[in-house]
Amino acid sequence: MIPAGFEYHAATSVQDAIRLLAEHEDAKVLAGGHSLLPMMKLRFAEPAHLVDINGLGELKGIQLEGDTLRIGAMTTESELIASEVLQQHCPLLVEAARLVADPQVRNRGTLGGDVAHGDPGNDHPAVMLALDAEFLIEGPNGERSAPANGFFLGTYWTGLEEGELLTAIRIPVLQSGTGYGYNKLKRKTGDYATAGSPVVLSLDGDRCREIRIGLTNVAPMAIRAEPAEDLLRGQVITEALIEQAAEQVMAACDPAEDLRGDVEYKTHMAAEMARRSIRDALARARS
Amino acid sequence: MAKQHITFTLNGQQLDALVEPRELLVHTIRETLHQTGTHIGCETSHCGVCTVDLDGVSVKACTLLSMQANGSEITTVEGLAGAEGLHAVQQAFIEEHGLQCGFCTPGMLVRAYRFLQENPNPTDEEIRWGMSGNLCRCTGYQNIIKAVHSAAQKLQQA
Repeated sequence: MIPAGFEYHAATSVQDAIRLLAEHEDAKVLAGGHSLLPMMKLRFAEPAHLVDINGLGELKGIQLEGDTLRIGAMTTESELIASEVLQQHCPLLVEAARLVADPQVRNRGTLGGDVAHGDPGNDHPAVMLALDAEFLIEGPNGERSAPANGFFLGTYWTGLEEGELLTAIRIPVLQSGTGYGYNKLKRKTGDYATAGSPVVLSLDGDRCREIRIGLTNVAPMAIRAEPAEDLLRGQVITEALIEQAAEQVMAACDPAEDLRGDVEYKTHMAAEMARRSIRDALARARS
Repeated sequence: MAKQHITFTLNGQQLDALVEPRELLVHTIRETLHQTGTHIGCETSHCGVCTVDLDGVSVKACTLLSMQANGSEITTVEGLAGAEGLHAVQQAFIEEHGLQCGFCTPGMLVRAYRFLQENPNPTDEEIRWGMSGNLCRCTGYQNIIKAVHSAAQKLQQA
């Protein structure tokens, strides 16, 4: 399987990439390539131009800036896993990256690519929702930022405008009294989630101060189960309350039936992943 | 789409090739450079038979454009054995019967070669995780894990 013909451009800087995207109609950005190249082989995508941003060192790296982490969009999954800064300040992202694909794919696949592709099966969009991340974007009209919440609009549809490039991701570090959980059901190594749920919650004494519940691959895009969050926020979280929240998670699901399961199964698995992640987050927040 | 000129090092030898932008690295290695140890399997970056070592990391050559290998250093299964004979991972796969039909073996060997540099003294669980990007359709995984383990011990002693 070989992609259809295209012109290849190796960008030499972010500005150069933006210029190339503006100059060429029907151009796509090549990040890790492990979603785009398979789609091009199957002719699901046939861009006339590819702008390769793999050479841009300025888009790589993980920095702690005060109580915010700044991660370059081209940082690979393997680099996320190996990062001690992340392990200390945002272990949820490390845990999620460990469950993405396999070692070889993680050496090429990038956080920015996973986020910008807009595939509901990708793992990082829901993780970004749970972490309340912010995306830094550059385009022909300069720089802007966009919160993860509201960025995922549909299948292969995000808040990125034509000609824009996702350059970095900003994530608030987890404060003390905050816990996280990540559960992903998959059939085998390398598979997309049948259902997945990252959860971040903070406690104020016994009460839940804030909670975000992300859901992977059970809707046209990554979503937050906000009615379930509303049910738990401000409350002492009990098993009975988790059960009610799980009902709300199921109500939020709108999965597509495929070989991973039918609508009912995926909906139930999403609830189970969320239950487990809420329990894990609660235990970690208390410890 | 005009062919473009790239250069890279393959198993220690400096090479140039003329490639189409859409050409995948595994095809350049096999069809232009006639190094057929690297196999083509699923072509969807699942099976790992096309695994090569690119600038010190394992990658799947079916999901990489040849253009992206410009200026890089690549090792394939042909580059593992040295003047003194087979590499320790190759010897260990023979001794522990780490192959049946052999189709997945080049990818397994190249991945094991890199994995043991990343983690020289792995547990069985770490081997399973580190080798999880390579499938064996004969399902001979137990002996593959034994072979990687045995190669680790040999490399530690060397």
